[in-house]
Amino acid sequence: MTTITAPSRVARGTEYSGSRPRRHYATHLVLLVLAVMWLLPLAWSLYTALRPIESTNQNGYFSVAGPFNFDNFVTAWNQGGFSHYFWNSVIITVPTVLLTLFFASLMAFAVSRVSWKFNITLLIMFTAGNLLPPQVLAAPLFEMFKLIQLPYWFSDSGSLLNTYISVIVVDTAFQIGFCTFVLSNYMKALSQDLTEAALVDGAGIWTQYWSIIMPLCRPAFAALGTLEVIFIYNDFFWPLLFIQSGNRLPVTTAINNLQGDFLSNYNLLAAGATITVIPTLIIYLVLQRQFVAGLTLGSSKG
Amino acid sequence: MPRLRKVRRLSRRDKIVLALMVAIPTLIELIFVWLPTLMSVGLSFAKWNGLALSDIRGAGLDNYKYVAQSYPPFWPAVQHNVLWLVFLAVIATPLGLLLAVLLDQKIRGSRIYQSIFFVPVMLSLALVGVIWQLFYQRDHGLLNYLLGTAETPSAVDWFGDSNVNIWAALVAATWRHAGYVMLLYLAGLKGVDPALKEAAALDGANAGQTFFRVVFPAMRPINIVIVVITIIESLRAFDIVYVINRGTNGLELISALVIQNLVGEGQVIGVGSALATILLVISLVPIVFYLTRTFGKEAKES
Repeated sequence: MTTITAPSRVARGTEYSGSRPRRHYATHLVLLVLAVMWLLPLAWSLYTALRPIESTNQNGYFSVAGPFNFDNFVTAWNQGGFSHYFWNSVIITVPTVLLTLFFASLMAFAVSRVSWKFNITLLIMFTAGNLLPPQVLAAPLFEMFKLIQLPYWFSDSGSLLNTYISVIVVDTAFQIGFCTFVLSNYMKALSQDLTEAALVDGAGIWTQYWSIIMPLCRPAFAALGTLEVIFIYNDFFWPLLFIQSGNRLPVTTAINNLQGDFLSNYNLLAAGATITVIPTLIIYLVLQRQFVAGLTLGSSKG
Repeated sequence: MPRLRKVRRLSRRDKIVLALMVAIPTLIELIFVWLPTLMSVGLSFAKWNGLALSDIRGAGLDNYKYVAQSYPPFWPAVQHNVLWLVFLAVIATPLGLLLAVLLDQKIRGSRIYQSIFFVPVMLSLALVGVIWQLFYQRDHGLLNYLLGTAETPSAVDWFGDSNVNIWAALVAATWRHAGYVMLLYLAGLKGVDPALKEAAALDGANAGQTFFRVVFPAMRPINIVIVVITIIESLRAFDIVYVINRGTNGLELISALVIQNLVGEGQVIGVGSALATILLVISLVPIVFYLTRTFGKEAKES
């Protein structure tokens, strides 16, 4: 580079990095158009849900005539049995997330803080397991659960099918891989001196895990926990496969039946769809940072 | 690389604790993920109606021959999976990258835009299917009103017409995928050393050159994750088409065919397992690619 041309390039460089803010009209235009397109389907659902069906029948759905109220939400909630479905979602999601994080933290500790022969091999197996399409293992799991005999006081199907446990177990097994991978990267990044010092004091493996490493992993647990709650809440497939009685379905799988229940009443269907968005939206608003951190934790290699 | 504690130096009690920490999650992973996967492969060479275990008969390659030669939905499903991959790779992923690049600049309202594009990522794919159903509907959907065809004979039933429904479903899938890609790239772009960009600007590179020759290659770890996510998402695609019409009539996907053979009338477990095995073999390509990129170095070191 010659000394004569250099200053002008430097000058241009500083102009780019913005001592004086640039106006991004084109960028804003593109983003605005895309943002409107992005919100249209959601806005349409919400708008339809807020209008009584008498009004939309009379004026058409593509109109601005009132009235607007929450009647559809109330009807959908009662007719659709949402309180039931939400409770089912809670019954499935809470144990799954807790079990997944606990087991994954055990495994992650063992592969990242202690050196032994197969630790990388096992970590690879765990990571790979999470990447499989669930449909690959659907048939044998379904048959396995069907063949397991259980007393009728425990399960009215006489097998593991149609129980919450089947969904909890498989969801846990499927998510352990991902959580182990993320947590092991996180634990690997913690200084080795932490546990060395404890070891000198005579602390055993469990003390190192429970009293030293686990408390340090709180940020990772917060992020991963939020992410897993959303993952499990949003899981459609395993309950669809294992649970036959409609009244045991979690809300995400139950919306599949909603289309049949509210046939030709799009206002109710829209209200039902909007209701199921609400929990995720609340989590998003409250724990947005944790959720985003969780998603990016999974993609960054420690 | 920190020195890791060798297992040999542990006390007897610690060895037992460690063995349990490894054994419990590993057993869960083996029994509920890898054993069923192997059983799927095994059952793909068998003929079985899913009733008594003693009815399982060897079938050689019959299931595969049947699937390839006389099972009409199979080749359309393969085509749709390929189309799904191409669409996500060519449209959805670059769109997400574009959003990330636009939002990474210091522009006003960047966080609001990010939140808007990110909302669909929080929603389950099943719910995405329902929300777009309301948008795409023939008689009262917003899209046909916007196109001016609603309530006329030329109105298109976007999810019902087998000529267009795969495209309509892909648009809905893009709505979710692009937001996810955007989020990962936003994290990736923040991780790029600003000095690299300044150096490129000093060398006279314009914005496009700087991005494609310097910034984009610098995000290599994220790029690998996104390639893998895009491929795996296209193989896992299931919920949306299942909510629309169970993956029939123009929306056939391999994953949906697996389930149709498993739970439908007849319960042709062998055929379903052959389809699952095909899905598995295809999935192993991105999985192995990802694992060698992620663990290749560590496996050699240990």
